[in-house]
Amino acid sequence: MAWKTPGNAKYAESDEWIIVDGDSAKVGLTDYAQDHLSDVVFVDLPEVGDSVTKGESFGTVESVKAASDVYAPASGEIIAVNEALDDEPELINSDPYGAGWIIEIKLSDAGELDSLMDAAAYAKHCDERE
Amino acid sequence: MTDEQTTQSNATLPPLEPLIYDLGAPGRKGVNLPDSDVPEARLPEHLVRTGLDLPEVSEMDVVRHFVRLSQFNYSIDTGFYPLGSCTMKYNPKLNEDMARLPGFALAHPLQDTTTVQGALALMYTLQAWLAEISGMAGVSLQPAAGAHGEFAGILMIRAYHIANGEPNRTRIIVPDSAHGTNPATTAMTGLDVVEITSDNNGDVDLDRLREVCDETVAGMMITVPNTLGVFEGHINEIVDIVHGCGGLMYMDGANMNAMLGIAKPGELGFDVMHYNLHKTFSTPHGGGGPGSGPVAANEKLLPFLPGPVATIEEEGDGDIPPLYGLSMPEQSIGRLKAFYGNFGMLVRAFTYIMLHGGPGLKAVTQHAVLNANYIRARLKDSYTMPFERICGHEFVCEGHWTDAEGVHALDVSKRLMDYGFHPPTNYFPLIVPEALLIEPTETESKEACDAFIEAMLTIAKEAKDNPDLLHEAPHKTPVGRVDEVRAAKELVLCCRPIPAVEK
Repeated sequence: MAWKTPGNAKYAESDEWIIVDGDSAKVGLTDYAQDHLSDVVFVDLPEVGDSVTKGESFGTVESVKAASDVYAPASGEIIAVNEALDDEPELINSDPYGAGWIIEIKLSDAGELDSLMDAAAYAKHCDERE
Repeated sequence: MTDEQTTQSNATLPPLEPLIYDLGAPGRKGVNLPDSDVPEARLPEHLVRTGLDLPEVSEMDVVRHFVRLSQFNYSIDTGFYPLGSCTMKYNPKLNEDMARLPGFALAHPLQDTTTVQGALALMYTLQAWLAEISGMAGVSLQPAAGAHGEFAGILMIRAYHIANGEPNRTRIIVPDSAHGTNPATTAMTGLDVVEITSDNNGDVDLDRLREVCDETVAGMMITVPNTLGVFEGHINEIVDIVHGCGGLMYMDGANMNAMLGIAKPGELGFDVMHYNLHKTFSTPHGGGGPGSGPVAANEKLLPFLPGPVATIEEEGDGDIPPLYGLSMPEQSIGRLKAFYGNFGMLVRAFTYIMLHGGPGLKAVTQHAVLNANYIRARLKDSYTMPFERICGHEFVCEGHWTDAEGVHALDVSKRLMDYGFHPPTNYFPLIVPEALLIEPTETESKEACDAFIEAMLTIAKEAKDNPDLLHEAPHKTPVGRVDEVRAAKELVLCCRPIPAVEK
């Protein structure tokens, strides 16, 4: 099975992606993560203005199988949350890297991104777990 | 039939069982009350409700309605129930007889203790037996469920560190193979969870454990055997590492059915643990209750037990029995529940332990482990086993195959219902893909285990030959496959008036 791993994203071991645009970045769950969670039915979103710390949980995603924490791939302040997920949590399944984004943050230390995986390394990380 | 025809014929079928509001008739009653022979007292007008939408039914309407509903249920009294981690063993009916003895059933918790000596003697003896089985110094029967017992244990660990001038110990280590309640308990007590991963063998990763152990660690919660059904191979090292940094060890005793008379948590080095009487000692627990989660502690944590606990106030002499009473342990974390735990469950567990005796309890564990390993061994060529090792009282296998595209653990579970079995636990533990957690318990015969195995082997074949049979299952139950996504998203919690639900 091959999961989508866009080349413009960086990836955390815990299956979140981050796509940087200037000094802000969007964060969401990877295709591999949504496939393993199966149908997402609820997303517990944080608030704009909250700060997130790399490696720490900032929200919860519930699927018909399980409730899972979502971890921040980098530290920063939340400048937007994807409120569309309140009504359509299934966007995480249908478009994990696009309309299914979860939060947008203002990065506090862009250097943190260096420890994340690129698309090729992450694709390998997914395959290894199958 | 085409899809369209199916829809049409379904639309004309009556509901499986109507709501009780749709039964009966206006004015119908179950009971005729006599005319009042005392003066009527009027309530103030503003407090009086006119019109109240209640069912108007006869006694027979009510009885038939609920008996019919009960017949849609699946229970341990109707069949094999291999729901992993829940220990759905058969509950002997003798337990029920004992719980209904008037001296127990009619006792009031506010009665003077001198008038309920039998009930107190039962609690005192049960405390002693649970201490003996766990190798601990003392027990409190207060907690009303497993997670409640965990909560008690973690509060005791916290109280111990505070009493020792170490309030900065606020982190609890929880392996990813733990029961889901363990991190939840830690969060409820206000402490921080540190999750650590398992190694490829299903054991705790010791290097990772050493990394996180420091002077901020309050303790570690661990489920033995863990939720993969395997006995933690490094238990001695784990206990030493955590004790070495000043932390205490909590054992989730939900899986004690794999350890009775074989290993004592106290001797393994645990400081505190809870039992699930409703699992290990056969008190009924379908549908979420009632539970009973006594907490057991070693000498270190004994003074912190929740209370009150049953005690002997005056020793007996010859034929004169002791005088039992209730008291609060000296540094107790306090009460966790009104009165004295779920007393009816204590009577049932007491009966079960007395019925079996020491050798009988050991045989319970031996048969539970044998049944699980027998089923595991017979399924291992047809289902992927994540760990090639002897299991405890339960084991996890994977409900998917590379040559059966699109078949998932859920489909296997639904298909099992067609063969008359309760499905195993699905998708738990989370660290195994497409997990099916199977726990037969000791009360099932070899014939029952064989019938389940045959069904599982047939399903593994069907998954490849006719996967749609699995995707559309169950076919033979009163209700077919439900739409779980819609059920989770469109909650209908109110039966009257029936909300408009989109077709």
